Amino acid sequence: MAELDRDHASYEMGMHTERLAGRTQQVFFLPEEEENFTYPGAFDVDFNKRIELDIADMDTKAINVELRALMGQGYGTIVVKNPGAKHSIGVGILNRLQLYFEGSLGYFGVGLIDGPNVRISGRVGWSCAENMMAGTVVVEKNAGSTFGAAIRGGDLVCKGDVGSRTGIDMKGGTIIVGGRTGAFSGFMMQRGRMIICGDAGKNLGDSMYDGTIYVGGNIADLGVDAVAGEMTELDVSWLKKKLAMYDVAVPNGIENMTKIVSGKQLWNYDNLEPTEKKLVL
Amino acid sequence: MCGIAGLIHRGKSSNIGEELTAMLQSLKHRGPDSTGFALYGNSMSDNLVMRFKVAEQEDVNKGFDIINQMKERKATVDGRMAEMDARIESEEQVTEYAHRYIFSFDGDLKRLADYIEDVEGAEILSLGHALELIKDLGDAGRVSSQYGLGDFEGTHAIGHTRMATESDVDIRSAHPYWAYPFNDVSVVHNGQLTNYWTKRRDLERRGHRFVSNCDSELIAVYLADAIDRDEELEEAMHRSIHELDGVFTYVVATGDKVGMAKDIMAAKPMVLYESDDFVALASEEVAIRSIFPHEIDTYDPYEGEVRVWQS
Repeated sequence: MAELDRDHASYEMGMHTERLAGRTQQVFFLPEEEENFTYPGAFDVDFNKRIELDIADMDTKAINVELRALMGQGYGTIVVKNPGAKHSIGVGILNRLQLYFEGSLGYFGVGLIDGPNVRISGRVGWSCAENMMAGTVVVEKNAGSTFGAAIRGGDLVCKGDVGSRTGIDMKGGTIIVGGRTGAFSGFMMQRGRMIICGDAGKNLGDSMYDGTIYVGGNIADLGVDAVAGEMTELDVSWLKKKLAMYDVAVPNGIENMTKIVSGKQLWNYDNLEPTEKKLVL
Repeated sequence: MCGIAGLIHRGKSSNIGEELTAMLQSLKHRGPDSTGFALYGNSMSDNLVMRFKVAEQEDVNKGFDIINQMKERKATVDGRMAEMDARIESEEQVTEYAHRYIFSFDGDLKRLADYIEDVEGAEILSLGHALELIKDLGDAGRVSSQYGLGDFEGTHAIGHTRMATESDVDIRSAHPYWAYPFNDVSVVHNGQLTNYWTKRRDLERRGHRFVSNCDSELIAVYLADAIDRDEELEEAMHRSIHELDGVFTYVVATGDKVGMAKDIMAAKPMVLYESDDFVALASEEVAIRSIFPHEIDTYDPYEGEVRVWQS
């Protein structure tokens, strides 16, 4: 466990504005401890073993069962064709996996995942990657509302526009929106970072406990207890690095982004959940 | 939760019956209790088209007298139309209890509508130059096949799959709602209005009557009332965002337009697809995919957004 005090460097970076004290713990894992990150019964997959799966005529349960069966056969790269905006596809994957969707997903796509790297060439409906714990999800087109609700870790990227309540109740991880987001984005956000390259709708960051929101465009208005923070060089360098990973640009320039943090007048919890800094496997 | 859908062809007509059936069937999981279609055929400038029923579907399975009662009710409707100088050009018995009339009439349409609806057990489902409103129990496939909608040609349509929550599973409570007694205005809605009675009393004081206690009907009458007072549809819809309280997404259709509005909380879903000659909208993208299997760009409208498209 890393030693922490009230003046930890992450506070200065603006990454974690909470003051860690009391029972709060922050645990850092080392790369050599990778085996500790796998779930009991996780499949040993080979990324070079690739298969295509056409789900045009399959129902949700059959699709998810088949994905699990393919991982059990060691397939580490699965290309899903004709998803047809079906709901609840690719959920509950607690495994390393390269998962490609050629098309669009409906509601609750790739929710509750912990570990896979997902690429979606189309659009996603409401609640994409809800409760995601680790891994990466990249959506090439637009996304519906409650994008990344309650995520705890990993990187969730939408290169187009996103609906309302993006990152509501998020507890960690990073959400990147290439376009604009709707109202109530970051509502009751508790941790993590949200990067909105375009405009943000009304009540941004309403009732947020903590975490950081960066906005590249206009903000319709801020929610209760959401306040402007000071952009530091550390913020800018982190944003450049993060956005470059996913080839996402900020039209007005990263240096001109607005940083939003919690004013800590409404909520101020010291006893947060233990934080895990998990590897993106 | 209910599912809503709409489509509009710009500058041409198409088989909207088949298209909307496919869209609504794919939304069956959002509400299997009843399905409704508001179809806008090629407008008849001289004649009017009226769809009405003389019993509920469940009534037909009860009692020994219902067959005779339905005949008597239809005869009374025919008599009252003749009395008001409405000339029936053609008539079709679509089901045991539902009829479709094409007729010519030069008089006061509200008086005629009131006189017909005064017949016990009779209810006008739609009345106008283009609108034909069909709603019944069951999923879209069943209703479409029962009413022969598979080859219905027209320019635009809206529809609804209903999950009954606050009222019975019957045709009266099914959507879409026609804005009685205004021509060609219909609404489907997903959500709940919390100032329903306040707004209803406002409209009733201005002489409007309601055939149900459903908040979706209020939206239809609210918009039709505005149009009747020469307000533009889009302007009235923007006003509705602030005057109607609650969470809602609704779709409205008139003789030549389809529009959608979403409340400021954006709590109810809607997905849009728009091209140069066609617009489709639905609660879920899967409905749009049912008529566009290939890859298309879709998006969610934002909070407080109002859109209107012309056919």
